[in-house]
Amino acid sequence: MISADLNIILPEILIALFAMVALVGAVYTGKDKLASVLVWATSALFLLIAFWVGTTGEGASVAFNGMFIEDGFSRFAKVVILTSAAAVLLMSEGYMARRGLLRFEYPLLVALAVVGMMMMVSAGDLMSLYMGLELQSLALYVVASLRRDSVKSTEAGLKYFVLGALSSGLLLYGASLIYGFAGTTLFSGIIAAATEGHVSVGLLLGLVLMISGLAFKVSAVPFHMWTPDVYEGSPTPVTAFFATAPKMAAMGLFARVMHDAFGGAVADWSQVIALISVLSMFLGAVAAIGQRDIKRLMAYSSIAHMGYALMGLAAGTELGVHAMLVYMAIYVTMNVGTFAFIMSMERDGQPVTDINALGMYASKEPGKALAMLVLLFSLAGVPPLLGFFGKLYVLRAAYEAGLAWLAVAGVIASVIGAFYYLRIVYYMYFGEEQEEALDGGKSPVLWGFLMASAIIMVVGIVNMFGVDGAAQAAAMALVN
Amino acid sequence: MIGLEHYLTVAAVLFVIGIFGLFLNRKNVIILLMSIELMLLAVNINLVAFSTHLGDLVGQVFTLFVLTVAAAEAAIGLAILVCFFRNRGTIAVEDVNVMKG
Repeated sequence: MISADLNIILPEILIALFAMVALVGAVYTGKDKLASVLVWATSALFLLIAFWVGTTGEGASVAFNGMFIEDGFSRFAKVVILTSAAAVLLMSEGYMARRGLLRFEYPLLVALAVVGMMMMVSAGDLMSLYMGLELQSLALYVVASLRRDSVKSTEAGLKYFVLGALSSGLLLYGASLIYGFAGTTLFSGIIAAATEGHVSVGLLLGLVLMISGLAFKVSAVPFHMWTPDVYEGSPTPVTAFFATAPKMAAMGLFARVMHDAFGGAVADWSQVIALISVLSMFLGAVAAIGQRDIKRLMAYSSIAHMGYALMGLAAGTELGVHAMLVYMAIYVTMNVGTFAFIMSMERDGQPVTDINALGMYASKEPGKALAMLVLLFSLAGVPPLLGFFGKLYVLRAAYEAGLAWLAVAGVIASVIGAFYYLRIVYYMYFGEEQEEALDGGKSPVLWGFLMASAIIMVVGIVNMFGVDGAAQAAAMALVN
Repeated sequence: MIGLEHYLTVAAVLFVIGIFGLFLNRKNVIILLMSIELMLLAVNINLVAFSTHLGDLVGQVFTLFVLTVAAAEAAIGLAILVCFFRNRGTIAVEDVNVMKG
């Protein structure tokens, strides 16, 4: 019995064991000299396990009396999380090494955070949900303040820690109420207690607190305040990590809780999430207009994108979850490429984040500027790039679920949001020539990820590389 | 007779004090850490009260997990705070303001 359970969570166990063994091993041997090797080893392990999870899993199985669920939905989320984490690690190696930031703890903390994320998307119980979430969050607080000698980075870590702990507290208080009023912490038990029209006040309060805590983790309005500061203060590779894998994990957890535990009372939460979604889309679109720092700008961009992903969730249908998963997969791919570009922005070896520095970038680096143009158009949702189809999916899901007003609001917000993406394009192609130009990109890894991401945005419109079908199967596994 | 409602009320009061401590406190980051701890302990009271009321042990198991995580959280919070103090020379809440906008 126990061996069958352990077999189901073998991927998580392997990564956790790797992180612990490597941590002790590195402390007793080469310390930071091993950092580079560990980065490559960790990404290789991620890719291997992503391949394994993605190709071998079949059907749905539960471990530990329902506390851990391994189904199509969790497999889809895990593959996205693992591949994006591997991509970000590979991109960050050169950047961090050049700035003396490449410590051996970095890949290992990322590995532990990834274990937490895999727990989150597989959670079948309030306890496993909380443990996964905290494992992820605690590792991320440390990674945010990785640049120990910088005020900005430690301040980012501190802000992230305080607000993250507040959100965990809210979520936990909600969890305790849900436990008290449903009489169990298992999602399969909660769904029996929370049926349409029969949700007690205590359960409803718990649900609302739970949604607040989760909204914090996906950086949705009104719980978004930490995002710009943490994105700006953290080292850029860490920001790239924050913008990809944890977002997918938090959205996966969100969908898991809403459908597995409260799937019988969709009407009770869909309006709340619709409200969060519309606020996020508009705040993300409007507040980014005044930003000159590209990392802050990407923070507001991610708030807006989370709004669109939540729109799929607000629909409360299978199509909604399907749209959300497709949207997140596309969003993560776009962000990997965009951050590869941001990491390559430097002058005399120093990182530059001011968007004015991109003036006439296209005349020096036409290839990279073109790739960035494709990515920015895709982020803005300009047809016929892949980002447009992501938006189309969630808009359709919202419309078919009777949330036409939300879909219309989404279109309006995306038109407003297009302004600041296009402004970067304007700077790159028609801006003022800079006296001190940005260095030409030297890193083939960053160049490769930028180009690959841009090419996926163009070529992906043919068949989305099968992501569409996989997301549909994943949504089918979650809903019902 | 002290019943479930009394425990829930105490927990709710403690939790709200914790949240207010986070938002109203303008002095010291250490107090923020104390407020966070207060919130988590309020949740623990809730869980134990429900657990006894329901005659179900799961709530108490949950409490043990929460206590462990709270300890880890405090350790990490203090570590980040020490790093911040080294760079900034102060831990007043109003000085956590290098980034704005």
